[in-house]
Amino acid sequence: MGGDLLTAEALAAGYGPVPVLRDVDLRVPSGTIAAVIGANGAGKTTLLRTLSGMLRPTAGRILLDGRDLRGTPVEQLVRRGVAHVPEGRGVIGELTVEENLRLGALWRRDRTAAARALDEVYQLFEPLARRRRHLGHQLSGGERQMLALGRALAGRPRLLLLDEPSLGLAPRVVAQTMALLRQLRDDTGLTVLLVEQNVRSALAVADQGIVMSLGRVALAAPAARLRDDADLRHAYLGF
Amino acid sequence: MDRFLFLTLDGLSRGAVYAAFALALVLIWRAGRIVNFAQGAMAVAAAYVAYSVTAATGSYWLGFGAALLAGLLLGAVVDVAVMRLVDHRSPLNPVIVALGLVLLIQAVLGMVYGNEYLPARAPFSRTALTVGGTAVLSPYDLFVFATVGVVGAALVWIFTRTAIGLRMRAAAFAPEVSRLLGVNVGGMLTLGWALASGVGALAAMLVIPTGLGLHPYAMDLVFVSAFTAAVLGGLDSPPGAVVGGLGVGLLLSYVSGYAGGDLIPLAVLALLLTVLLLRPGGLFAPVTARRV
Repeated sequence: MGGDLLTAEALAAGYGPVPVLRDVDLRVPSGTIAAVIGANGAGKTTLLRTLSGMLRPTAGRILLDGRDLRGTPVEQLVRRGVAHVPEGRGVIGELTVEENLRLGALWRRDRTAAARALDEVYQLFEPLARRRRHLGHQLSGGERQMLALGRALAGRPRLLLLDEPSLGLAPRVVAQTMALLRQLRDDTGLTVLLVEQNVRSALAVADQGIVMSLGRVALAAPAARLRDDADLRHAYLGF
Repeated sequence: MDRFLFLTLDGLSRGAVYAAFALALVLIWRAGRIVNFAQGAMAVAAAYVAYSVTAATGSYWLGFGAALLAGLLLGAVVDVAVMRLVDHRSPLNPVIVALGLVLLIQAVLGMVYGNEYLPARAPFSRTALTVGGTAVLSPYDLFVFATVGVVGAALVWIFTRTAIGLRMRAAAFAPEVSRLLGVNVGGMLTLGWALASGVGALAAMLVIPTGLGLHPYAMDLVFVSAFTAAVLGGLDSPPGAVVGGLGVGLLLSYVSGYAGGDLIPLAVLALLLTVLLLRPGGLFAPVTARRV
């Protein structure tokens, strides 16, 4: 499994003068799934945006494979193996399914590998293969989810950052998504950091649960402990 | 009837140039939500480069190539050195800066080349060929059609078939998501400016020999006509720009043929006003649901 793929140390970030994240430490070991959970406004999305470079940290540092990410422009991150599926998933509605997917693999020099990655995505998500020529905004919510995930996977990331993958989706689709993440972790060693409101489905798939509260990490613990220890769950998650 | 046919063909030839120029406006609008009011002046500057190169080498085609190159380069420079520095929070800011750029470019051209009309050569005869006693198109008209057709087809190919075109469209539609996917959004915007300005330079090279000659203000009326064409087609729509350009070309040809050339500026402005009043989104604007 190797060491930690992603590490944040004393990370702080915010919008303008308003601090949102304060003193955030986290470690995501390679080949594991970490779920960031917590109430609305706890800073989960801000954390993800900071990790992917869209928001500049005001303090602290982010390490990928032990290397500081400071100064790496957002558009270079994908070349370092980081894929970020943003809130609302970021499917480009004006482009076709195929164009969205091609975009995911476009940074790769190797054309044949990129084409093969596209085929793999179509095998993984068959409904997308049937709708190649459709525009992004013609897709259903579930199909958009597939497209966003598929587009991220087409870039062969080592680290997948997912913002609210369950948002607005039917429970069956959420379950499929979570199962897929587990399968990718087991088969390809993919490392996943996902932000979720849906605590139960997140903890069901995750190895590690990171509970955020008011911009800080309140608790980082094995997901199994958060699932099974009723006292801990009451104290930190309120159910 | 012969006269009508002649005016129609002449209008289409004129319209092809407007279409190219309108297309350039649409390119920049789609890439950066800016109407480039400096496009006319930038295109004239490129045409002056052609004049100098042709004067020095004696070759029209070297000048033609130099104009396209100068256009591409000028577009990239204007984006990087001017537009990138403008605060885009108010849409008025880039417009005012573009208008300032017009004054600057025209003043510099006037200082360097003088404010007199310089002769602008056409590479082919502008005398209309006659078919069965009816005057139809001149060889130069055919050259205009072919050039605009090739450039239009090349743009379609770039935007729909190439990786760089896909990046440019993605960067325009969703800059933030595109950056996450590894697209250099700023670079794509600069490329969009370069392409648009290159197409603008081409339009200037095609249209200036049909007028009074080369002059710092030579593209002003063309700009207004092409802007009208772009608005007519809907600023977001490349096919709309082409149809709008041909439509404006036809209208102006009929107006000058049947009512007199003096009325052209009036006709253009009347058309612009009518479009803005009746259908400000343009003929080809996608139907947007009413916001509730």
